[in-house]
Amino acid sequence: MGREKSVIARHDPIVDIVPLELVKDPFSVSLDDKKSLLDQYVDLIWSVPGIQTSTINYGDRYKKVIFVNSEGSYIEQSRVDVTARVTAMARDGGDVQQYGISIGSKGDFGVVEGLHSQVKDCAERAVQMLSAPKVKGGQYTVVLDPVLAGVFTHEAFGHLSESDFVYENDRMREIMVLGRKFGRTHLNIVDGGSVPGYRGSYKYDDEGIPATKTHLIKEGVLVGRLHSRETAAKMGESPTGNARAISYSHQPIVRMSNTFIEPGTTTFEEMIGDIKEGVYAKNWYGGMTSMEMFTFSAGEAYMIRNGKIAELLRPVVLSGNVFNTLENIEAIGTDLDMNQGGGCGKGGQSPLPVSNGSPHIRIGNCLVGGN
Amino acid sequence: MQILESLLTKAKKVCEQAEVYRLTSRNTDVSFEANRLKSVETRQGRYLALRIVKDGRIGFSSTNKLDNVDEVLSMALDVAKFGAKAEFDMPPAQTYPRVNVYDDAVNQVPIEKMVDLGNTMITAVRDHNSEVICEAGVTKNEVAVDLLNSNGGNASYNKTSFSIGVEGLLTRGTDMLFVGEHESSCHPLSDTSDIINTTIEQLERARETASPIQGQLPVVFTPRGVAIALVSPLAVAYNGKNVVQGSSPLVNRLGEQVYAEEMSLYDDATIDFLPGCRICDDEGIPSRKNTLIQNGVPAGFLYDLQTAGMAKARSTGSAHRGGGMPSPSSTTLIIEEGSTSIEDVVAGIKQGLMIEMLMGAGQGNTLGGEFSGNVLLGYRIENGAIVGRVKDTMVSGNIYNALKEGVIIGNQARWIGGRLKTPSIYCSALSVTTQG
Repeated sequence: MGREKSVIARHDPIVDIVPLELVKDPFSVSLDDKKSLLDQYVDLIWSVPGIQTSTINYGDRYKKVIFVNSEGSYIEQSRVDVTARVTAMARDGGDVQQYGISIGSKGDFGVVEGLHSQVKDCAERAVQMLSAPKVKGGQYTVVLDPVLAGVFTHEAFGHLSESDFVYENDRMREIMVLGRKFGRTHLNIVDGGSVPGYRGSYKYDDEGIPATKTHLIKEGVLVGRLHSRETAAKMGESPTGNARAISYSHQPIVRMSNTFIEPGTTTFEEMIGDIKEGVYAKNWYGGMTSMEMFTFSAGEAYMIRNGKIAELLRPVVLSGNVFNTLENIEAIGTDLDMNQGGGCGKGGQSPLPVSNGSPHIRIGNCLVGGN
Repeated sequence: MQILESLLTKAKKVCEQAEVYRLTSRNTDVSFEANRLKSVETRQGRYLALRIVKDGRIGFSSTNKLDNVDEVLSMALDVAKFGAKAEFDMPPAQTYPRVNVYDDAVNQVPIEKMVDLGNTMITAVRDHNSEVICEAGVTKNEVAVDLLNSNGGNASYNKTSFSIGVEGLLTRGTDMLFVGEHESSCHPLSDTSDIINTTIEQLERARETASPIQGQLPVVFTPRGVAIALVSPLAVAYNGKNVVQGSSPLVNRLGEQVYAEEMSLYDDATIDFLPGCRICDDEGIPSRKNTLIQNGVPAGFLYDLQTAGMAKARSTGSAHRGGGMPSPSSTTLIIEEGSTSIEDVVAGIKQGLMIEMLMGAGQGNTLGGEFSGNVLLGYRIENGAIVGRVKDTMVSGNIYNALKEGVIIGNQARWIGGRLKTPSIYCSALSVTTQG
């Protein structure tokens, strides 16, 4: 930095060759078979009356990374990523609605197989949305499904725990001081590349540091953050194995891996049971954060009326301030599920494979954009 | 050129049509973090793509290994079996317009000078308010594009670009204020005064925090606000891909009065020394100025060769490659100035908002014209004057309503990042919701 000397956290050299982890190798499936599977999905979408068009993107990618440094580390790691996105679009005059699902895995073609009923649902939902009303904008009690709650965790809190936003900024260090209370005692948030089996899983990060599992929030209190070797050294903490680069042509920067809210004890029925008027938001379009503020958008939403799921709404955009929204998490479900369909962008490096997840959660006083 | 010619010759023997495209690039990035120089990076890139038409179907493959081009051909042949039906003929040799986008002076700018520019911007912003913590970036870029096809089409050009920008963060308690501005050109940039003045103006306007308001309110989008909130839902409807799929709301509506009469929009890739401009598109079709909206009436769509073929139209020179197959995209958008001073408009607003940055605006159903986001930087207008920054506020709307009834286009346009020229735009009633 400037004219100062750079510092990085020490680490013993590592020599390792990490074998490729595969469940069902996408490269063992012929292009013919992949195409005919996607053709089945396309036909299913077109079988729904009112559909204007559809898009299905499928990708698989093999990547081998060799990491060598002057301290004596030599690490070989390979991975296969599978991603798919299915979007159905319905149109009525000038009115266009779309609904989509995103799927992903680390090394498993199986996740894109057998999606027939989900794909058909996609098409039906897109058509139904044409006649759905828009939500009236305002503050609501909101229940998020595991997919959207995962995106919320990533956007609203995950980025704030990346130490490169904090380490050179004294004010931010004050805000993000370990021990600060962020939520109620039921709230536990974790990030970990060493949690196996997800798209954000890896053995070593792109600085050759072993991946870990880091509690960011434990019982509502800030207890950890994500580090590269540089941010760890500057803050006098240990590296967490979160320095990741999208490719050889970019520097490793502090990134999330698999980020999730740990399960609580509330059932879905209990969660919505006493909501007089609220919003149930599912599935995701995307999300963004400025650290203090975040927004994220739901692909599917319903009104909750008198404790029951009521009418379908047009997609909603939710927004809030992280410093009071985490405190406003009123209930956490038991049904943790990981969302593998997304990629994360930061510092011009996108899309980085990550996963995020949560059980259903309920947030009070959440801002919903609308009419 | 030898690699390209030899690959084209090999491809021609086994396919009906073939096209090779090569991009070589060199890029130097100087970045500042926490008010200080953080890193200097230099990058070189080479990229080669082959597109073929075999048995009437499109095959495509690309590589950054320029030493084994035979593999590229065999991969393209493999995927052509599954490719879309080709709806076009690759263009023969063309006459290209003169579009100057290369200035060797960019390559000559020393790294020390780039560091000085970053320091100048940061020092000026911090002289105004020493509590602001700044990031800054200064980038220079040079690319060379070569394109050859089997019908005799060929194009080559070089382009330079130079970008500077600063972003300031002012933290008070857990309250964070983000300000900043950036500029790009094909010339080296050495004058930082516009960037500094804009950033300081944002800090001044946001000095006080105003109490939040909500309801159906008039909203003024500054040029930067237009770029962030309105351009994406506006432009997406003109993308030929959405047109041929029927997912653009404007299909079959050319010639209708869709927007207010004051609204005109062009996509012009022929302006000298703008980084989005070029002599031809990424399929070798000559660049031109395309009128998208004339006096509120949609006038035409943006096509590449394939979508033009599907729409029984002609390519508008809008093919763009983002690392994959060509696809239609806008290059340099211009929203024509209106006749009203936006200061006069603001002076007449009793209660309303001015928006500079709307976070997450592009996440909703942009294809349907919708925008909805959190006001990351915006001000409250009260009795004709800006009274301070608003927070915890969302603004939502749909451009097909917002740019029709009661819209006013400002009479002073400015460039945003060298890719969009727009005046401020006033919308008479948008949904504003707030937390409190």
